[in-house]
Amino acid sequence: MNFQIAVLLGQDGVTNGAIYALLALSILLVFTVTRILLIPQGEFVTYGALTMAAIQSGHPTALAWMLLALMLIDCALDLRTMLQNGFNMLKMRWIGLKLGYALLLCVLIQTLPLAEIPMVAQALLTLGLLVPMGPIIYRLFFQPIASAPALVLLIVSIAVHVAMVGIGLLLFGPEGGRTKPFSDAGFSLGPVLLKSQTLWVILVSITLIILLFIAFERTLYGKALRAAAINRMGARLMGISPVFAGKATFAMATFIGALSGILIAPITTLYFDSGFIISLKGFVGAIIGGLASYPVAAVGALAVGLIEAFSMFWASNYKEIIVFTLIIPFLLWRSLTSRHVEEEEE
Amino acid sequence: MLSKKMLPALMLTSLLTPALAQAEIKVGVVTSSTGPIALVGIPQKNSVPLLPESAGGETIRYIALDDGSDPTAAVKAFKKLINDEHVDAIIGPSGSASAMGVIQFAAESGTPMLAPTGSAAVVLPMTEQKKWVFKTTQNDDLIAKALVDHMSAQGVKTLGLIGTADPYGENWAKVMAKLTKDAGIKITALENFQRQDTSMTGQSLKVLMANPDAVLIAAPGSSSVMPQTTLKDQGYQGQIYQTHGAALDPFLKLGGKAAEGTILAASLMLVIDEVADSPSKQIAADYMTRYKAIYGENPATFGANVYDAGLLLQNAIPTALEKGKPGTAEFRAALRDALEQTKELAATQGVYNMTPEDHSGFDERGREMITVKDGTWKLLN
Repeated sequence: MNFQIAVLLGQDGVTNGAIYALLALSILLVFTVTRILLIPQGEFVTYGALTMAAIQSGHPTALAWMLLALMLIDCALDLRTMLQNGFNMLKMRWIGLKLGYALLLCVLIQTLPLAEIPMVAQALLTLGLLVPMGPIIYRLFFQPIASAPALVLLIVSIAVHVAMVGIGLLLFGPEGGRTKPFSDAGFSLGPVLLKSQTLWVILVSITLIILLFIAFERTLYGKALRAAAINRMGARLMGISPVFAGKATFAMATFIGALSGILIAPITTLYFDSGFIISLKGFVGAIIGGLASYPVAAVGALAVGLIEAFSMFWASNYKEIIVFTLIIPFLLWRSLTSRHVEEEEE
Repeated sequence: MLSKKMLPALMLTSLLTPALAQAEIKVGVVTSSTGPIALVGIPQKNSVPLLPESAGGETIRYIALDDGSDPTAAVKAFKKLINDEHVDAIIGPSGSASAMGVIQFAAESGTPMLAPTGSAAVVLPMTEQKKWVFKTTQNDDLIAKALVDHMSAQGVKTLGLIGTADPYGENWAKVMAKLTKDAGIKITALENFQRQDTSMTGQSLKVLMANPDAVLIAAPGSSSVMPQTTLKDQGYQGQIYQTHGAALDPFLKLGGKAAEGTILAASLMLVIDEVADSPSKQIAADYMTRYKAIYGENPATFGANVYDAGLLLQNAIPTALEKGKPGTAEFRAALRDALEQTKELAATQGVYNMTPEDHSGFDERGREMITVKDGTWKLLN
């Protein structure tokens, strides 16, 4: 172990840690606002990475059809509510807009020369396909049982995860995917070469965290979400719609997940079923933060990444064991220091 | 409406149907077309429609089931095929762990089982139960021997080994430990990783520090790519060897430039246009053309392993039919005996010569030395 190796491992750990931190934040966000432990968070990562890989190899991904199908179900439900509550021009326009968006994306995917368009456009297309799925998933699977006990929500969440893994196999095949790096440049720092992708990951993660912070501190919608997270009942009494809060957090979680996928796709091979283990590590970070504190969760996730990198070097056989054993002392510490709060007040 | 004329005809059919059903030979196929090893299972499932439709004048009916890469589900599928469907033989399952779990059920019921799995543990060491198992893949040591011979010829003295932490990687570590010792090659670094790992930096650095003359990566499917790209990224200059687990087209695609110059030993299907004419080449080319006609892509070797199992059965069934009727225990026992006596049967993966001790039956005709050049597989000269 010399300085150079330590830096290389550190670089690796920080890269993965930054991704885990993003995932930990979105898991935390979804949990505090909706009480749902978002197990499918990892699937958003793999869907993002594999969609990007499919687009780069020029295949019109079947994900567009999945979006269209989900959108159709969503709009059918909208129409049903409208039949019950009477015609509403504004809602009708909204339905048209949603369907138009899904159709537009289907057309774009089928006609654009996917492999040749610039990488930014490819990434935007990937996000455009995935992010609307988050709110629809919330609407279809969680909204009808929003007030159910946390355990029921967890079980549904696991079901959604299992279904998404299966659909992922169907959409992307079993081979796994990898994308081109954003740029080939590397930076020399003394004797060590820093990969540019590492800098990209760190830069985007920090930017995203800052943006989230600003959104939650400065904007009305952000404050509404924060209020819903702190006290759901109170927020509802103040006129914050729980449906809106749920959909908004799911959109944000999908966005963060898909973006993380796009970020790490050039440095690793992701498979249709890689998501779970990645989000589990984000989850360890979130647990370290007690499923309540954002900064502690982010630092915890970063620590998970670093410990993973170094244990990979010293004991590659026991890497996962070391990482997941970490959770035990923190759970002990948490359960000893914090008072038990009854969650099911509603 | 039933007319009087139709009635006798109907009665005749109803009399004939059970007789027909009894004569047909039923073969169960269990693959993992979903779950973690779907990469192996999907081409295997896809190969079922290509399997021989008849043998010895009897039609063969295939009943395909999916075990979702889960050993428990594989056992369930086997029990269903044996107890409910009364199959005469079973092809599968895809995974080594699943295969180990179902051997006892195949043996108890006396059903021959043709496993298209990688692990040699399925047929070695031979036991009373494993007598019922035949394996349609090259044993690891056959492939490993070819690689070690090549290393010796190239003057490799030290070797790094990176393997997956699963039965595949572990068996390779075992086989290589023995073969390299005999060849005087020292294994200076031995590292493990998980298929889903998102980073290999640690293991790769460890190997780089030992700086061996060559590195062997033993991993199934696309997981064989990341160790190689990481090693190349970090500036490893030595020769990289891969096992037949990497013998898939996604390896070229995912590996890109880092895959150049890799050496591996695998079946002739990768370099079908270059190998000298042989019965195997013809059969493999025919299989590949038919597969491509249906699915629009070249089959992975895993699919051919299932196809070979079909050919083995087709070859053995006529002999077994002399001893008993399909659906009976005598027929299954006779089928097993006939499979064990397979001699010089050319199939896609090579030439099978089964013996009571060797239920895999390959010799060096079952492997080719292959390298990667300009983004395609090339025969190594």
